[in-house]
Order: sequence, then structure tokens, then C-alpha cells
Amino acid sequence: MDKLYESQKLAIWYFAVAIVLFGAQILFGLVGAIQFVNPDFLFGVLDFSIGRMLHINALVVWLLLGFIGAIYWFLPQELNREVVGIKLGKLAFIILVAAVAVVVLVYLFVQIGPGDIKTLWFITEGREYIEAPRWADLGIVAVALVVFYNVVATVLAAKKITGILGVLIVDLGALFGLYLAGMFYTPNISVDQFYWWWVVHLWVEATWEVLIGVINAWALMYLLGSPRRLVETWLYIEVFLVFGTGILGLGHHYFWIGTPEYWLGIGGFFSAMEPIPLVAMIIHAIYDAGMHKLKTVNRPALFWLFANAFGNFLGAGVWGFMQTLPQINLYSHGTQMAASHGHLAFFGAYVAANLTILYIIIGELRKRGLTPQKGILYVLDSKAWRYAYVGMIIGIIGMTAALLVAGFTQTLQERAIGGSTWQAYINAQEHPWFKEAMLWRLGFGIFFFVAYLILIYDILTIKPVPVKEEEVEAEAEVIPEKA
Amino acid sequence: MKIGWLEVTVASIFIVVFLTLIFSRGAHWLEPRFWKKAAIFSGIIMSIFLIFLTFDTHRYINMGGVNVPEPDVINNKISYVLDPAKGYYVPKIGEQEEFFGKIWSKEEAAALIDKGKLTIQSRNCMDCHTLLGNGAYYAPDLTKAWLDPKWEQLIMPVVNKPTKEEAMAAWLQNPDKYPTWTRKMPNLKLTEEEAKAVVAYLKYMSAIYTNGFPDHFGVTAKQ
Ligand code: HEM
Ligand code: HEM
Ligand SMILES: [Fe+2]
Repeated sequence: MDKLYESQKLAIWYFAVAIVLFGAQILFGLVGAIQFVNPDFLFGVLDFSIGRMLHINALVVWLLLGFIGAIYWFLPQELNREVVGIKLGKLAFIILVAAVAVVVLVYLFVQIGPGDIKTLWFITEGREYIEAPRWADLGIVAVALVVFYNVVATVLAAKKITGILGVLIVDLGALFGLYLAGMFYTPNISVDQFYWWWVVHLWVEATWEVLIGVINAWALMYLLGSPRRLVETWLYIEVFLVFGTGILGLGHHYFWIGTPEYWLGIGGFFSAMEPIPLVAMIIHAIYDAGMHKLKTVNRPALFWLFANAFGNFLGAGVWGFMQTLPQINLYSHGTQMAASHGHLAFFGAYVAANLTILYIIIGELRKRGLTPQKGILYVLDSKAWRYAYVGMIIGIIGMTAALLVAGFTQTLQERAIGGSTWQAYINAQEHPWFKEAMLWRLGFGIFFFVAYLILIYDILTIKPVPVKEEEVEAEAEVIPEKA
Repeated sequence: MKIGWLEVTVASIFIVVFLTLIFSRGAHWLEPRFWKKAAIFSGIIMSIFLIFLTFDTHRYINMGGVNVPEPDVINNKISYVLDPAKGYYVPKIGEQEEFFGKIWSKEEAAALIDKGKLTIQSRNCMDCHTLLGNGAYYAPDLTKAWLDPKWEQLIMPVVNKPTKEEAMAAWLQNPDKYPTWTRKMPNLKLTEEEAKAVVAYLKYMSAIYTNGFPDHFGVTAKQ
């Protein structure tokens, strides 16, 4: 591949903004972590609620930006042509970034509003993860429609569809459609939370999982030259298992919100099966890598792909399973157990996936202009990416472990023994196990931030290094399906 | 009709497997075609089940449904009692009692609850607290906050109000003035009207039937 498609240039912009927001996310997370240790920190200036909202909103937005970037990167390669509505795509990108900037400024400086519908339209909707005010919701929907249009219209114009693209189109339709479930107001908190989980759960445990299945299919073909037929078969298996378990697995959030008792059985059973597809993804990755003896022209991307497979299984599969049976969840619900799981799962499943694609893009960009030499291959590699990689993994595992201890203390002291009252809550928060865990979390959080800085340094400086050909197997471009 | 979890589970899985096998006849199980069919049917069938269950669930979660009260439940005494048959605690809606010194009509109560919910959202309560166990973990769970013994034991004397609801409203307007421990709640500038509405919402929420969550609220195991 010689020239970049316009669509791929757009992908680079998406990733640039995504990585900056990643940094903002971590900084606001650190504010919250400090406040757990010293509650007077920024009290009345940037209260915990505001910092936390920025932390998790930045997370959701940057991950989505990365996903869209990955789509814009691979789509033209898959179809061998430019994306149809590329001008529209660029416009949508600018609107999106401007809207995000306005929302962040309002969060920071207006923060809250009076208790009426206007606040929901212009300041905050006050619903975890999707606090963005309604005007921004409409903007997000519009941008989503543009992305969806670009995928479908390009497929139509190319007059060809692959299995991967078929899955992508169905999944994107569902993913964007589900967002609508999070946009309405109701005074009934049970109904509110019922549909709020359609967005949150059916995103991270259904449509996003499938989306990274799609993106990883491309990544595997690119990094290891895995054959398309194999990759597509695995993708179908993953979709079967993810939708088969994850859709009714939604019931694990319907235990205690006013919903009928049958959800305890349905939610408990199906969500307990949710780790199965995550095991399948690991097998897939290991199998493909083993077949190719780990030989690749892009080391950081390959390693982030592994972090993805294992992190997804550990964070989502194991840490989620831990608290998904109703008999356990009755006591662990609404404690740091969820935060422990949330951190490892988001990192393993989605941060790692985004970083894989980011490195693939960097590898492609920086190998331009290198003169090919006989017997020599250029492999993207550096020292710094290893430090960032290991550092981030240690940081997130340290935070996850600390939060697990904190969550378990809450589960026992606040819920099981204390009966969940205000004072029981305070007692658990003042428990030495909890307080110590919060110090460890802060420490590992700082560690994680340092690793992020190294990552930034690396993505600015990393470049391909020449390696003898016999040491590396040939790189395969994404191979268009034979007609 | 009463829905059983086991029937739903077995039926949904059975239908997915059955349709997959029928529609992929002739395909070897290692072929992409087989798994493509499996993927399509698991997506469709599970979604259909979810939609069907959603309709049924609304019978429980609509206001005035099986598990969720009407707003005018704020005119009743509410308590949380052990249901020996279930083995868990359930809310008990008792005799009429005045709330902020009056009995609220259906319309007044509905408007108050609506205001309460809007206020809760506009102040991002859920980015520190959990409600029904969902939200953030920086502050106590509010699912049964109306029933919390701390209001009578500590807050009423401190803010010097004669009823629990008035004490709650007073405290909510100035939480930073009456800290209960090192972590203070910020002053979210609630007006008196908003504070009353939030208290009403907390009372209303405590009457939702939550399948026993949180277990033995207000009763410590140590006794
Ligand atoms: C990549 C996939 C996943 C991600 C990103 C993820 C993330 C999260 C997050 C952030 C929460 C907290 C939600 C809140 O703020 O209230 C949560 C809750 C939960 N997750 Fe996951 N999750 C994933 C997969 C799973 C899986 C596969 C399972 C089960 C095997 C699971 C089980 C649970 C349970 C039971 C809760 C509720 C915790 C509570 O009761 O408070 N999750 N998840
Ligand atoms: C320096 C690193 C980080 C620090 C110090 C940090 C800190 C925090 C804090 C204080 C909270 C609020 C928890 C509570 O309500 O008690 C939080 C929530 C959360 N953070 Fe982080 N965070 C960091 C990095 C990350 C990363 C890298 C991710 C994703 C990959 C992430 C995802 C989340 C999620 C999903 C929640 C919501 C959890 C829930 O509601 O259960 N954080 N974080
Ligand atoms: Fe879930």
C-alpha cells in the first residue's frame, strides 16, 4: 500500500483526539483517587462527582473515537476504495470534537443546574456514563449516523461485502440504536435504570465486544497474516456466543431495581456464561500467534493484542463472574467490587484494543519513505513501548487488586455485617483495610499515569528498525476476499 | 401469567440451537456457514426474548405496578420487614401519615416526585452515591435512605427540626455545615422546594420492592 486513503487520514485524527482524552481521563481519575485519601482536596472546586463524571465520560468518548478511527482505517483497505462520504465524515469529526469541548467546559465551570428539564438539555442528564446533556446526545446521534452511512454507502459503492463487514454493519446499527434508549427522561427510577442498562450493558457486554471482534479480525490478518476464512469463522463463533449469553445476561443488572424475581435466575445463568466467548477469543489469539511463531512486523501492536485477549478474559470474564450470581451480588452490589471489575475490564477489553490499532497505524505511517533492501524487513519496535506496556499493565492490575480488597471490605463490613446504612458505610470506609487499599490505588494510579507519559513519548518517537528477513515472517496486508 | 426463569432459559437456548441446526443443514460444523447461522439466530432469538420479557417487566416496574408504588405512597408509613417465606426483607406500606405536615393529593404527589427526580439528576447525585445500588461509591447507598436510623439519632437533634422529613430537607440544603465524618457532602444549592422534593423521592424509593436488596437494612448482624 503506497498512498493513504483520505479515510485513513481521518482515522489518524480520531486517534489523536482519543489519546489526548485518555490522558484527561487518567488525570480526573487521579483527582478522585486523591479525594478518597484526602477529602478536602479540591472540595467545592472540583467535587468528586464532577471529576468522576469527567473521568468516565472521557473514557467512553475516547474509546468510541478510537473504534470509529479503526473503522475508518480498515474500511478502505477491506474494500479497496475510498470511503464514499469522506467530506461528510470530516465535518462530523469536527462537529464531534467541538461538541466534546463545549460539554467538558460546561461540566467544569457550570457543573450543576436547577432541578428542571432545561438542566437536562443543556448541562447534565445526571445518569452515570451518559451524563452528556441532551443537545450533545443529538449531536452524537448525528455523528453516529454519518459513520453508519459511510460504512453502508461504501460497501454499496464497492458492490462487495465480506463476512467481517456484514457483522460490522449489523453491530454498528445495534450499537448506535441502543444509545437512543439512554436519551429520555422519566420520574420512575426503576424504568430509568432498566433502560439505562440497555445502553451500558448492551454496549460493553454485547455490541462493543462484537465490534472489537471485528477490529481484531482485521488486526490478526494484518499482524499475523491469518487466513480470512479462519478469522471469519471465529468471528461468527464469537458473535454467536456474545449475543447468545450477553443479551439476556443483561438480567444481572435487574436483580434489585424493582424488577421481577425471574431476572435473578435468567440474569445469573446467562451472565455466568458470558466468559465463554472471552475464552474463545484467547484461544483464537494464541492459536494464530502460535501458528506464526510470534513473528510480526509490528511488535507493540501484537503485544497489545495479547493484552487485549487476556485482559478481556480476566477483567470482564473472571472479575465479572466473581460478582454476577445474585446470591453474591446481593452483598457486593454497589461497592468497589464493581469499580475493581470495571477498571480491569475496560482496560483489558477496550483500551488494549485501541492501542493495538494505534500501533498498527503508526507502523504503517512510519514505514513510508524507507527504501526496501534485500533480505531486510522493517519491524516497528522500540524500548519505550515495552516500558509503557509493562507499566500500564502493572498499574491497572495494582489498582484492580487494591479495589478488590476495598470492595471486599465493603461487602463484608458494610453490607453483610453492617446492614448497609449510612453508618455502616462510614464504618467500612474507615476500616483499615479499606483505607490502606485506597492508598495503594492512588500509588498504582500514579504509576499508571507515568506509563501513559511513556506511551505518549513512544508513539511520538517509535519507528521501524531493520531486521534480517529470516527472523520475521512476511507481513500480510489485509487480503481482500477472493470473489 | 407467571414467568419462570428456568423455562425462559431452556426455551431460548433450545430455539437457537434448533433453528441453527435446521437452517444450516448440510454444512459441516467447521464451516463458516454453520456459525453464521448460529450467530444470526442467537442474536435474533435472544433479542426477541428480551423484548418479550421487557413487556412483562413493565407490569412490575411501572408506577403502581407490582413492585413499584404510586407517588402518593409518600402519604404512608414505610418500613422494611423480614418476609420469612422469602428469607429476605421487603418494604411494608403501612397506615397513612402526614408528610411535611399534610396529606398530598395524587397530582401533588406526582409533581413532587417528578421534581425530586429532576433535582437528583441535575445535581449528579449518582456520581457520588448509589441509588438502587447503581452509581458511584464515594458516599452511602440511598436505596433505603428514608429508613436510615441516622436521621432520627443524629440529624434531627443537630438541625433541630421536629420531624424526620424536615430534618432531612434542612440537612440536604446545608450538608457541608453538618458533617458526619471527614468526607463532607458538598453544598449543591438545593432550594427549599427542591430539598423537599428530594426527600419525597427518597421516601418513595424506599417503598420499591427490590427482591431483598439491601439485605437486613438497618439491622446489624452483631446483635
Ligand atoms: C468488556 C466487558 C465488560 C466491561 C467493560 C464491564 C464493565 C462494567 C462496569 C464499568 C460496571 C459498573 C457499572 C456501574 O457503574 O454501576 C460493571 C458492572 C458489572 N459487571 Fe461488567 N463489564 C464487562 C463484562 C462483564 C461480564 C462478562 C460479566 C459477567 C460475567 C460482568 C458482570 C458484571 C456485574 C455482575 C456487574 C454489577 C456489579 C454490581 O452489582 O454493582 N461484566 N461492569
Ligand atoms: C490513574 C489511573 C486511574 C485512577 C486513579 C482512577 C480512579 C477512579 C476513581 C476514583 C473512580 C471512582 C470510583 C468510585 O465511585 O468510587 C473511577 C471510576 C471508574 N474508572 Fe477509573 N481510574 C483510573 C484509570 C482508569 C482507566 C484506565 C479506566 C479504563 C480503562 C478507568 C475506568 C473507570 C470506570 C469504568 C469507572 C466507573 C466504575 C464503576 O462505576 O463501577 N479508570 N476511577
Ligand atoms: Fe453487565
